[in-house]
Amino acid sequence: MDPARLTRVNDTEWRIEPVGAMRVPAILYADEATIQDMDDKVYEQAANVATLPGIVRASYAMPDAHWGYGFPIGGVAAFDAEADGIVSAGGVGFDISCGVRTMLTNIEPARIRERQRELADAFLEKVPAGVGSQSGISLSDSELDAMLAGGAEWAIRSGWGDIRDLERIEERGRMLGGNPGFISERAHTRQRREMGTLGSGNHYLEVQEVTEIFDPVTAEGFGLSPHRIVVTIHCGSRGLGHQVGSEFLTEMAAAAPGQGIVLPDRELACARINSPLGERYLGAMWAAINCALANREIIGHFAREVFSGIFPDAELDLLYDVSHNTCKKERHVVDGVDRALFVHRKGATRAFGPGHPDLPEALRDFGQPVLIGGSMGTGSHILAGTATSEEKAFSSACHGAGRRMSRHQAYKTWKGRQVVDELAARGILVRSHSSRGIAEEAPGAYKDVDAVVDAAEQAGLARKVARLVPLVCIKG
Amino acid sequence: MSGISNGPPETETSAPETAASSGQAATEAVRRWEHFPHGADIGLRGFGRTQDEAFEAIAIAATAVLTPPGNVRPNEAVAIEVTGPDPELLLVNWLNAIIYEMATRAMIFGHYRVQIDGWHLKGEAFGEPLDKMRHEPAVEMKGATLTALKVARTGDGKWVAQCVVDV
Repeated sequence: MDPARLTRVNDTEWRIEPVGAMRVPAILYADEATIQDMDDKVYEQAANVATLPGIVRASYAMPDAHWGYGFPIGGVAAFDAEADGIVSAGGVGFDISCGVRTMLTNIEPARIRERQRELADAFLEKVPAGVGSQSGISLSDSELDAMLAGGAEWAIRSGWGDIRDLERIEERGRMLGGNPGFISERAHTRQRREMGTLGSGNHYLEVQEVTEIFDPVTAEGFGLSPHRIVVTIHCGSRGLGHQVGSEFLTEMAAAAPGQGIVLPDRELACARINSPLGERYLGAMWAAINCALANREIIGHFAREVFSGIFPDAELDLLYDVSHNTCKKERHVVDGVDRALFVHRKGATRAFGPGHPDLPEALRDFGQPVLIGGSMGTGSHILAGTATSEEKAFSSACHGAGRRMSRHQAYKTWKGRQVVDELAARGILVRSHSSRGIAEEAPGAYKDVDAVVDAAEQAGLARKVARLVPLVCIKG
Repeated sequence: MSGISNGPPETETSAPETAASSGQAATEAVRRWEHFPHGADIGLRGFGRTQDEAFEAIAIAATAVLTPPGNVRPNEAVAIEVTGPDPELLLVNWLNAIIYEMATRAMIFGHYRVQIDGWHLKGEAFGEPLDKMRHEPAVEMKGATLTALKVARTGDGKWVAQCVVDV
């Protein structure tokens, strides 16, 4: 994107001034180099979102923004139901509540390295990953409904998880308002055997080592110290979320004109929040959030089983579990007025600052952990929400590195075996059922995650706490 | 073509597929499909002499996200019926139905038959149980999007059907 098309506010904040049907400006957070590297589609899509009814303050793009579906991926937008605002299935995405959890272990790096191969093999066997994988967990209709209403709380009640995890999960593990009655039979069927599965594509489970600390005080508060070993899981609501997203996207696209909504692009498909369709989507999407929270809790339980099978003294404590594809009703102060808003974060992480009442007491002084996945070769970051992130983008930050190369191009460029061998030579063991999948996810296919988090920090969206590198990576 | 990335041309294209190679009777049509890049995801495009053929071709492009379509044995047929308020949403519903049937039946399809009557599509998908070793599926499709969505006649009277799938 040519920065000359934007109004430069400062080194990391750029505006698209409202023109035409735009109701508010679009604001992009990134340094100049990142803006130059950004897809022109982000400009178009961020501007399009700004035209939607009931949008409040601005349409935002995070430093890792790229071409999405209607909304850019890395897009944040808040809507006011009282101002005839909308909720958009495309603004949440197909993998509803896709997110990341990081668990702190008490095992020293030297012990991990001694058993690294065994650990990688045990994870591949225990955690179902890749296309068509099943966990052996099969839920009846009534169990699915209980899961959709109960989230991680349901998983723990069912024997997968630890009650202490709940305060370390967004919404304390259970999204209120999730309505299993709005979930279709097909979504049920698609999920029946997919609980506790990682999925494919960019989803992963990694054993990581903390290699750098940027903010020692917050790191200590988070339980992060140099060379601490953690387990990080990236996955979402699986087939159920995909089905809910697909069904509502087409229904909203067909219904929008009847609701008097003018869409600059059909893929912005949405419905008034205060409409039967909008309410039905919110109930279904919040139930799908519970599916994702339950799914990550179950996989977290599997991770504990794998660790304790190899290290009998292992303890895995949840640092935090945060989603990056959601729409949630939150309270935000806008021009001095406290308002209830429906905040869409599509490929963007919630990033509450220090003191936020929704944070557990142990984390409240530091701000919410913001978990940023990189590629399997380059590392990941843990950031913390800042006091300024509320004013900047309704308490939101980036969510990952973003691809710089298509899957096809990556597959033509690398072979899966070559990627595995090169990473093994650097001490990173990769396991996957799909060699093509590894090639498509090769580290070189991703942008530089360090540049993304630097831009997020400079923009005041979140502050850097620690950097991690993988030792074991299970690719979906 | 509108909605396609500005990057250099980069497509994966089918070899002309004939009735003989597809294992199906009937038409001798030369069907073609291709992938086009979309950031993190994959664009599918199918061509045909008719809308039916373009819908069959784009379904093969969907298979190719998972595995080379030639790897799939057309041993079992699954009937698929969908409706849509317009040709574009009919296409999205067709692709979503394929994704759904593959996911819930743990199958993979490689060949398709489509009959469209107005906004109503009656189709068949031919395939076999997913074999992770042989098919080595790369990435699952989450759903068909409305991005770069198009069902249209081209200048030479042929049909094109295209959209991006989220993976």
